Amino acid sequence: MNWRRVLLVLAGILPLVALLAFGMTRDPKELPSVLPGKPAPEFTLNVLDYAGAPAAPKPTVSLAEHRGEVVVLNYWASWCLACRDEHRALSEVAERYAGQGVQFYGLLYNDTPQNGVEWIRAMGGQSYPTLLDPNSRTAIDYGLYGVPETFFIAPDGRVAHKHVGPVTDQVLTEWIEKLRAQPQREAE
Amino acid sequence: MIRLLGDLATMVACALALGGIFAAVRAARRQDAALLRQADSFAYAIFAVMSLATGAMVLALVTHDFSVSYVAQVGSRATPLFFTIISLWSALEGSILFWGWVLALYTALVAWRTPASLGALKGYALSVLFFVGAFFYFLLVKPASPFQLVSPVPADGPGPNPLLQNHWLMGVHPPLLYLGYVGLTVPFAFALGSLLAGRTDADWIKETRRWTLSAWIFLSAAIVAGMWWSYEVLGWGGYWAWDPVENASFMPWLTATAFLHSVMVQERRGMLKVWNLSLVVSTFLLTILGTFLTRSGILSSVHAFAGGEIGYYFLGFIAVTLIGSLVILAGRSSLLQSEGRLDSVASRDTVFLVNNLVLTAFTFTVLLGTLFPLVAEAVRGVKLSVGAPFFNKMTLPLCMLLIFLVGVGPALPWRRATPEEMKRKLLAPGIALLLTLIAAIVLRVPNVYAVLAFSFGAFALMTNLQEFSSGTLARMRAHGENAALALGRLMQANRHRYGGYIAHIGVLVMALGIAASSAYRAEYEKTLQLGESWTVGDYELRLQRVWVEEQPHRFVVGADLDVLRGGQVIDRMDPRMNYYAGRDEPLPTPAVRSRLSDLYLNLMAFDQSGTSATISVVTEPLVMWIWLGGMIVALGAGIAMLPQKKRGALRPARPAAARAQPQRELVSTGGD
Amino acid sequence: MKRILVLALALLLGAAFGGARSLSAQQPRSGAELETAVKALSAELRCPVCQGLSLKDSPTELSMEMKSVIRQQLAEGKTPEEVKQYFVGRYGEWILMEPTPQGFNLLVYILPWVGLALGGMLVFFLVRRWTRPQPDPLAALAGAPAPTEARWPED
Repeated sequence: MNWRRVLLVLAGILPLVALLAFGMTRDPKELPSVLPGKPAPEFTLNVLDYAGAPAAPKPTVSLAEHRGEVVVLNYWASWCLACRDEHRALSEVAERYAGQGVQFYGLLYNDTPQNGVEWIRAMGGQSYPTLLDPNSRTAIDYGLYGVPETFFIAPDGRVAHKHVGPVTDQVLTEWIEKLRAQPQREAE
Repeated sequence: MIRLLGDLATMVACALALGGIFAAVRAARRQDAALLRQADSFAYAIFAVMSLATGAMVLALVTHDFSVSYVAQVGSRATPLFFTIISLWSALEGSILFWGWVLALYTALVAWRTPASLGALKGYALSVLFFVGAFFYFLLVKPASPFQLVSPVPADGPGPNPLLQNHWLMGVHPPLLYLGYVGLTVPFAFALGSLLAGRTDADWIKETRRWTLSAWIFLSAAIVAGMWWSYEVLGWGGYWAWDPVENASFMPWLTATAFLHSVMVQERRGMLKVWNLSLVVSTFLLTILGTFLTRSGILSSVHAFAGGEIGYYFLGFIAVTLIGSLVILAGRSSLLQSEGRLDSVASRDTVFLVNNLVLTAFTFTVLLGTLFPLVAEAVRGVKLSVGAPFFNKMTLPLCMLLIFLVGVGPALPWRRATPEEMKRKLLAPGIALLLTLIAAIVLRVPNVYAVLAFSFGAFALMTNLQEFSSGTLARMRAHGENAALALGRLMQANRHRYGGYIAHIGVLVMALGIAASSAYRAEYEKTLQLGESWTVGDYELRLQRVWVEEQPHRFVVGADLDVLRGGQVIDRMDPRMNYYAGRDEPLPTPAVRSRLSDLYLNLMAFDQSGTSATISVVTEPLVMWIWLGGMIVALGAGIAMLPQKKRGALRPARPAAARAQPQRELVSTGGD
Repeated sequence: MKRILVLALALLLGAAFGGARSLSAQQPRSGAELETAVKALSAELRCPVCQGLSLKDSPTELSMEMKSVIRQQLAEGKTPEEVKQYFVGRYGEWILMEPTPQGFNLLVYILPWVGLALGGMLVFFLVRRWTRPQPDPLAALAGAPAPTEARWPED
């Protein structure tokens, strides 16, 4: 065995070390969403009703009705600890943009309506309606793999961005502003 | 204070390890017995200090001293005592502490048990052990210190991961795994030591093989214990998911198995020296890779500890060890020249070469599959999964080949097999193969691989058992002993060989268990009302009760079912779901009835009113054989490890000095 | 012995390829056939909230829902490929338990066999070299010319 062979073996194995180093920079749990750029999956869901709920024009909501508006969908659950962190930001930003062509909806994931209502009460109320997704079909349609997840839907009906984990005021404002500034694109 | 004591102890261990490197190298270069004893004392001191550190941690855990960072991380007043103690290895920092302790134990054992007459070999081997030790003890001092101060001291902690609190096997699997994993550092140390000392002769083989075999036994037991734990805890009735960390423990096992076989070729023919050294070094690197995969957070897995920057340290260590080993190997290559010579293609030597080929290909396949998601992300920027279907598809053919080889190896003698010999030895097993094949086809065994596994398994079982019978008969004729005595004496005279055959039989039993339980697995699922009966195969299940229990650390929902056969109640089983605070999905505790065929119940869902429950049932035969087979493997390998006095003529390659020490029997004195 | 090996290899290869072509053919309609198809497909899809488990082995709510989606789509007459595409369109390739054998992904399926084949050839040649009948050393000494003469012929 001579030095040339050593170099050869090294040349074969060091890429492995480089690969592992690359792996250190990635997060295996993070799943990049394939939805951005595609039309947002359509849904028609019931609104969660409780005393003191924000007024909703109808008992059911369809995504198609909101074409032309920016829609923010936030998946949450009462058993989700991280969802508590983002509650304040969501409520505040929703109020700030109320009536300006920006619609917020919560989607209750894998939970009972009673638990949802209790959680909302405990958190001091929600400034936007929450929708019920009893068999998680809509969640599956959006490629959900955990909560909280927040989807930003552009006025032309496409998914613009998916945020995994608790969302902040800054992220919400940034994306809403970006989408409001976009000229309406014609659907192909 | 416990915390300061532990912290200090790890620092002292690190310093001692660094000092030990120099002491051991000096002793090796001067070939001085007194200096060697000095190096030994470094090893003993490190063991004492690490025992202190580990003891301090266990004490801190048991007394719920939340000022210690690790206790604050995994401790909880609500956790039962047994699980509190074993939470020592439940998270990253504690697991490294435990690793460090096992490494210190092995280093001390090497210092104690390795004869000083080996001089430079021992010295350099110790220096390598100190080097590896220095790395791990340094991790304990800085990046992964379990003894940091937590202030203000919390009143309670979150407790260990609930997955690790569900079963007593969690007290068994990790220690066995560490004894196996860390144990593989020793052959590596002897390998580099032999190169540095310029002694690649029989002494190296003897030392290396002994330690490799003992580590191999622990690793095998650990893998089987892990499979058993998976089976009893995870709820899907399976025992191997090709999870990245399962693969990480399996790969060094494959290369170590290859080494245990090919080293016999080196012993007899002086060949394959470079190959064997590469195997030993690769085995060690695979253990470090395995540790890295578990702790770096680069792959998502059931087992993974939370990642962090510690991964970079491991990466650095891998790079340094890799380059260092290659440099040493290349620098001393002149020692490793050997004349390649085989007497015949039909010989055990050739079979061992093929064995190594298949095991290496197996390792490569598992490594590729485990790391491919990373490769795909780096090249295509896409996340994809490489899961069980891939691994099963790609490795099952190799497994069939291995079963076949397990049968062929014992049937062929070393050096050369005459056609008459081959016919004599392979006739009965060949018939067994054909008969089993025909029976399997006629009985319509559902899975092709099961058919092959049964057929090749029957073949291999016959050849291995034949070795016992023919050897016993030969002894009975030669010494006039009765069967039992002859068998006993036969095994005593050739512990290595017959222990190995027993280990083979253990592997075959496991293979048959795996084949049968996979091929004949039946799954059912139904929602039952209280009092409702459900016919599942031979059994009838009746839901009697759905109950709820609040425990200090969790909330348990269970379903009690009566199991009937032929109208008689034969058992009561209670699968449960355990809800822990902060986890969205509950952890199951399936109910398992292990007989010749296992009845496996898992509670999937239940009605809030307690009137109904959804139960999934799996029936799979011969699962017990997997655990029994594992025990037989450990037994056989244990027998193979027993030292024994050499009888008969000395083999020419052995130096005279070695005659004084007990030798393991390598060539049988009777029979073939 | 060689023939037994060849037979064994042939059996293995047959099993490997035969097993692969199982489910793509018919379109299931209902009942037991549908359930079998659902089970087979759930083994090929990954549970998004579990650690490496397939939908088939996973007890979580989300997995149950995904299985009903599969059942519904298969009952409607969709092919397994179409159902898989549905999930890939929402979760990405990651949702499949093993990579689709196309393009770059082919490497992971081919390299192990290439490795085995190369290794096999190496072992074959090594064994052949090592079992080559060696020339009798005495005969060589007697008959061969002295090395120095051969290397430096007188001019």
